[in-house]
Amino acid sequence: MALDTVSIAQNNPDTSQPFAELGLKPDEYARIKEILGRRPTSSELAMYSVMWSEHCSYKSSKVHLKQFGEKAVKTDALLVGIGENAGVVDVGQGYAVTFKIESHNHPSFVEPYQGAATGVGGIVRDILTMGARPIAVMDPLRFGPADAADTRRVLPGIIAGVGGYGNCLGLPNIGGEVVFDETYIGNPLVNALCVGVMKHSDIKLAKAAGAGNLVVLYGAKTGGDGIGGVSVLASETFESSGPAKRPAVQVGDPFVEKVLIECSLEIFAEDLVVGIQDLGGAGLSCATSELASGGSGGMKVELDRVPLRDATLSPEEILMSESQERMCAIVEPKNIARFLEICKKWDVTVTVIGEVTDGERLEITWHGDLIVDVPPRTVAHDGPVYNRPLAKPEYVDRVNAETVSVPRPKTADEIKATVLKLAATPNLADKSWVTSQYDRYVQGNTIQSQPDDSGMVRIDEKTHLGVAVATDANANWSYLNPYEGAKLALAEAARNIATAGAKPLAVTNCLNFGSPEDPGVMWQFAESVRGLADGCLEMGLPVTGGNVSFYNQTGAVAILPTPVIGVLGVIDDVRTRTPMSFDRAGLDLYLLGETADDIAGSEWAYMHGQRGGSAPVADLQREMRLIELLVAGRTSKIFTAAHDLSQGGLSASLTEMVLRYHVGADIKVENVEIALISETPGRVIVAIEPVVKEQLLALAKKHEIVITRLGTTGGQDLVINGAIIPLEELRKAHSETFPKLFG
Amino acid sequence: MAKIVVDVMLKPEILDPQGVAVSAALPRLGFNFAKSVRQGKRFEIEVEGEPTPVQLAEVEKAAETLLANPVIETFTVRVEK
Repeated sequence: MALDTVSIAQNNPDTSQPFAELGLKPDEYARIKEILGRRPTSSELAMYSVMWSEHCSYKSSKVHLKQFGEKAVKTDALLVGIGENAGVVDVGQGYAVTFKIESHNHPSFVEPYQGAATGVGGIVRDILTMGARPIAVMDPLRFGPADAADTRRVLPGIIAGVGGYGNCLGLPNIGGEVVFDETYIGNPLVNALCVGVMKHSDIKLAKAAGAGNLVVLYGAKTGGDGIGGVSVLASETFESSGPAKRPAVQVGDPFVEKVLIECSLEIFAEDLVVGIQDLGGAGLSCATSELASGGSGGMKVELDRVPLRDATLSPEEILMSESQERMCAIVEPKNIARFLEICKKWDVTVTVIGEVTDGERLEITWHGDLIVDVPPRTVAHDGPVYNRPLAKPEYVDRVNAETVSVPRPKTADEIKATVLKLAATPNLADKSWVTSQYDRYVQGNTIQSQPDDSGMVRIDEKTHLGVAVATDANANWSYLNPYEGAKLALAEAARNIATAGAKPLAVTNCLNFGSPEDPGVMWQFAESVRGLADGCLEMGLPVTGGNVSFYNQTGAVAILPTPVIGVLGVIDDVRTRTPMSFDRAGLDLYLLGETADDIAGSEWAYMHGQRGGSAPVADLQREMRLIELLVAGRTSKIFTAAHDLSQGGLSASLTEMVLRYHVGADIKVENVEIALISETPGRVIVAIEPVVKEQLLALAKKHEIVITRLGTTGGQDLVINGAIIPLEELRKAHSETFPKLFG
Repeated sequence: MAKIVVDVMLKPEILDPQGVAVSAALPRLGFNFAKSVRQGKRFEIEVEGEPTPVQLAEVEKAAETLLANPVIETFTVRVEK
């Protein structure tokens, strides 16, 4: 292919260009021509097409996502908000924490190991880019039915990829989710979250200010990885027929990333960069245009200076390549010698590829010929915005009107059978088979990880300041009512932070949906965003950033609306946290919160093929009082243990508690046919020493939370209303599922 | 007895971290001949007698399913006497 330059584009305005193949619509192509006053060069077309793809431009979601800004609470805790690579939150003692969650769904379907691995690598670089040292990762995953052939293909690879990359980096994996549902068949969800920590003064931003400053590319060489991955892979639905447009898979090298992390942190520590950006989706197109528009706008890049792994790459391909483990920095000329020295020390390839200019255009040359000359904002930020039609799907009213009809456990035998069934079902079974493939304790600061309610890491070894993170989504509720579903997921994630006694501070999200071109899916999305924004406003929690993944559908079947909500919390001394379970007999167990007959969307209903009814309505005021109670109970040392109730209700939570330290419990509940399986939100089991009973009751009264005595701890059985379930039998049911399914 | 050999290589556009590591180590040890190195794997499969076309087709299928990951790797099947 002959080189297409700006002057050729000017002189040959009528050359036909493959904009449709690159995923651009005719009106979008026309808009590019209008911006430039001529047809784009092929390199410009490549840049616009990747940057204006759904994945990079958020063109379908933007109009809804702005609610996160408009409805935002004023909080001093938020140091950097939405729009940067990741939000930054003040956690006290001079520390700031940054966290973010992103999807890598489509690449993980094509090549499970590398897709999941590079998903971890990408989010870790986002966190590093803010100036923070990455300290932990988490991975909420969703798959088709556990016994489906495609799940057997993708699950082992994805788990190994998450573990392989994270373990090599020496980052503990402190939690996540593994959920199965038939709508995820062919559309597995791989969401990756990373947490990083830094001092306030170390925050870095993606901007290229100061004419004469140098544009420096460092890290791995550029190859043909995932060319078009962003625009083609992430923005078009898979056709069931053939691998037509599958581009090259990105392959990560975690050891290069580890060196890149250490090298970058040393560069940051000496304050050698003005701005920095990692190269993720859309590669250099994204990094150069975002850095330039973050500054005054002017930048000159000599593209032929980019070090290549494959010398045959064309300039268009170099601009679109998604080769992993690369960073782009803006460096003052006086600092460049030291910058190069540090890269040399870490054996990191580094090249000055251009400089910041005082103009307003991003100019890219190839061996002296001008091949890109664009206003960078038009590439990075002024992409198309769609107000896509949305319509409440017909299923909603229909399924909401259905009554859920499931077997109700009443007799001792039925109670025992129900508890064992719930304990063994893949969605609730012991996830050790998964998490034992991840390093959970590396770095020695992990306080909590699976099976705790949240992951918790210590960030200061002297003061024992720590942060806790939880991710949650309840797609069954979101399917029945996306507005309430998002609020309920937020409440659950916040509660999972609070059971340990940490205080929720900030929210991130990864919104996984079907095709935005389907008005029904768009309605689910809009309702979820509205629910989350309203929920965050009511709970006083800022949204620090997030990610949208559309087109998770095969043919006409979209995935369940799956807004994964991550909540970050802070705890002043991790040594005082409330554990999730009890390790001794003679404690009293209480249930905080009221139980209603909330079977719709429950795991028990799902196990019986029931997907109807109405989702519970979130009572966030009550959730906030419960959170305050849990934090207060931790500080006044009332609780011996606290554990959240969610999927699988009381049955699942009791199972997890008694099996944790192999101490049984004797429980008596009224209306066992409801109490055992209902998933009413806003409930927590607490264990206390009998002597602090009055203090607990007073605390519950003060925070207006209903409290019910459940029983006592002790013995080698879980006893519920006289139904005896030996712990050994329960453990067998709970822990055999995954090894049986996946070897 | 014949030997069927399956050679598996990463596709040329796919990053090969092991090959990169080897090509970085060579000059450190004084070997300066290599412009680049790519590392693959080789399977030697012994069969009774001369392999039949049916057997070779089966090996081809096995290579596609188990020995190689056709999304990121290519393979060749040949008979070694």
